[in-house]
Amino acid sequence: MAIKTEPFVLNMGPQHPSTHGVFRMRLTLDGEVVVDLEPIFGYLHRGIEKLVEGRTYAQIIPITDRLDYAAPMSNNLAYVLAVEKLAGITVPERAEYLRVIMAELQRIASHLLAVGSFLNDCGAYFTPFLYMWRERESIVDLFDMVCGQRLTYNYMRIGGVSHDVPDEFLVALDKFVGRMPFFIDEYDQLLAENEILLARTKGVGILSKELAINSSASGPVLRGTGVEWDIRRAAPYSIYDRFKFDIPIGSVGDCYDRYRVRVEEMRQSVRIINQAMKQLPPGEIRSEVPPLLRPPVGEAYGHIESPKGELGFYLVSDGSIAPYRLHIRPPSLINLTALRDMIIGWKIQDVVVVLGSIDICLGEVDR
Amino acid sequence: MALTLSGEEIGAKLEEKFPGSIVESDKDSFLVRSEFLLPVADYLKDTPGLDFDFLSYITAVDYYEYFEVVYRLTSLEHNHSLVMKARCYGRDNLSLPSVVSLWRGADFQEREIYDLMGISFDSHPNMRCIFLWDSFEGHPLRRDYL
Amino acid sequence: MEIDINEKQVYSSTELNKVEAETIEALRMGSQQVIPDPDEWLAQELKGNVLLTTVDFFLNWARRSSLWTMLCFPACCAMEFMSASASRFDLSRFGMEILRASPRQADLMITAGTLTWKMAPQIKRIYDQMAEPKWVIAMGACAITGGTFAQSYSVVPGYNHLIPVDVYVPGCPPRPEALIHAIQMLQDKIAKRKNL
Ligand code: SF4
Repeated sequence: MAIKTEPFVLNMGPQHPSTHGVFRMRLTLDGEVVVDLEPIFGYLHRGIEKLVEGRTYAQIIPITDRLDYAAPMSNNLAYVLAVEKLAGITVPERAEYLRVIMAELQRIASHLLAVGSFLNDCGAYFTPFLYMWRERESIVDLFDMVCGQRLTYNYMRIGGVSHDVPDEFLVALDKFVGRMPFFIDEYDQLLAENEILLARTKGVGILSKELAINSSASGPVLRGTGVEWDIRRAAPYSIYDRFKFDIPIGSVGDCYDRYRVRVEEMRQSVRIINQAMKQLPPGEIRSEVPPLLRPPVGEAYGHIESPKGELGFYLVSDGSIAPYRLHIRPPSLINLTALRDMIIGWKIQDVVVVLGSIDICLGEVDR
Repeated sequence: MALTLSGEEIGAKLEEKFPGSIVESDKDSFLVRSEFLLPVADYLKDTPGLDFDFLSYITAVDYYEYFEVVYRLTSLEHNHSLVMKARCYGRDNLSLPSVVSLWRGADFQEREIYDLMGISFDSHPNMRCIFLWDSFEGHPLRRDYL
Repeated sequence: MEIDINEKQVYSSTELNKVEAETIEALRMGSQQVIPDPDEWLAQELKGNVLLTTVDFFLNWARRSSLWTMLCFPACCAMEFMSASASRFDLSRFGMEILRASPRQADLMITAGTLTWKMAPQIKRIYDQMAEPKWVIAMGACAITGGTFAQSYSVVPGYNHLIPVDVYVPGCPPRPEALIHAIQMLQDKIAKRKNL
């Protein structure tokens, strides 16, 4: 007699420790194997796109901090770039360099969090996380020095940045980027060849190149599949065309590749910061911008390579002091499009590993 | 360096291929008639030399008389991009053809527009609310929602 | 004074020994019986381990010194909560490093982030599932009034619309020091609780 099995529906989230916030998945299981997955969003939908329609252009900067709260500086940067494009504002040299330094520090911080919590999900409970949090704290200290906040920085301004950096900052930054490569080596020593990590991530959650492109994936998820696409190189914004850096790519597109891409990107960020620090010119940090900015009627799209992928702000102006429409292109949400394909056929314990390797931030997924 | 293709040029090309498909075009974008949206998108995706294989984003803007849906297409191969727009008139029962069959990346974004703007996309495999709960009344991103 | 070594001493050495021997004998005779233990009425293993206090004080002491926290991380404030529990600020100094993913094992809920109406039923359910006695710390502006997002169509203007809150920590996000201060305030509050 043939034994018949029944599918089993398991709800995971929104209150679950390894969904990185309030993400929910409805899994259909056959035994331990996932046969279907439906992502459910909206548990952190704060209506940011509606809220900004009642604010002036400058008042929106603090709201962008709360989008991807693992990388507020990048959100600030993408937004101010969009406004500057719309209104045709130029930015002083020194501010451009400071922006690049902050954005790259933020990339390191975000990847540290991503890798740390990914390893947490793989079963290395909390130990690697604490190592990475140590370095993240030093970056947070650097940001604290320039803008007095630990998480919601609100540092970029339309036409520049809010403050010049204090003298101690450059000394501390120099010390930090001097040490960072050794820390990355330390993680590699602990993890790169770790038997358990390899077993849990190699070949797991493979995303093919074609599917990645077709489902508009970006950032480390796209590069992990072997596509060399980085907006810093493809459409250089700010002053990224002045720096030398490599674009690390993976080969098969599994969880391990995405992990390696993030670790390598941290090294490249250190390289960029080193170059930017050497070239940092003296001078103004903000150009004259009226507080109630009225950009001309029109539309603009400003996009950057945020730690999660292509983060873009699409602005429509009707000539008033508040934007007519602001659309945010959320890399985290769009990277989840292929989640179902990556997970189907794998066991239930691989779900958290695959989700961790995509690195989502719910503030940005739901907005 | 990324190249933004001129909407006029591509618009003229498309008008030749699909007569009557393009309503207007300017230097940044072109506006396509909604009946022609799918064939035009298909053409843009698969024609050698254009190869728009990557859909950057879709969004919708409410202009009171009509809703404008904005598609930004990118080609990773040639590193160029293009903005395509489509309009739907009126306030109720709006619909546009879905591009999910061409670009999977449109999936969640079209659902988002359906949820927050109230434009439904025909032949989308899963046209349901994405962020708000089912009984939520109204579409918050419309300009007349207060 | 000169000592005459020929003069007879007061006590000969044998006499001294006799006196000592008498003392020993007397003590020996008097110590034949075991002295009874005054706490004998207590169980054997409790011997020497008893302190007297009030039930209230004792219960409150136990409860406030090991608050187990429910993981409730909807939004950005969670980052600062993680900072507070990581090695630098080290929440475990206050007996609360254990984060529980299951509400049944937790007695403190730190609500770190914006609450939306879609999430509200889940939060209410988690709170209901926590065992009594339970406490809530509202962390951040969003948890207190909705903060930056108070006017939004989908945000709950404060957790206290759903669940009772014991301590409010302002800030967007509050720094880890502020959170630790809030926890100490909660501990003081628990110490004053009347249980009986
Ligand atoms: S209070 Fe501020 S930091 Fe905390 S969840 Fe709300 S917006 Fe985020």
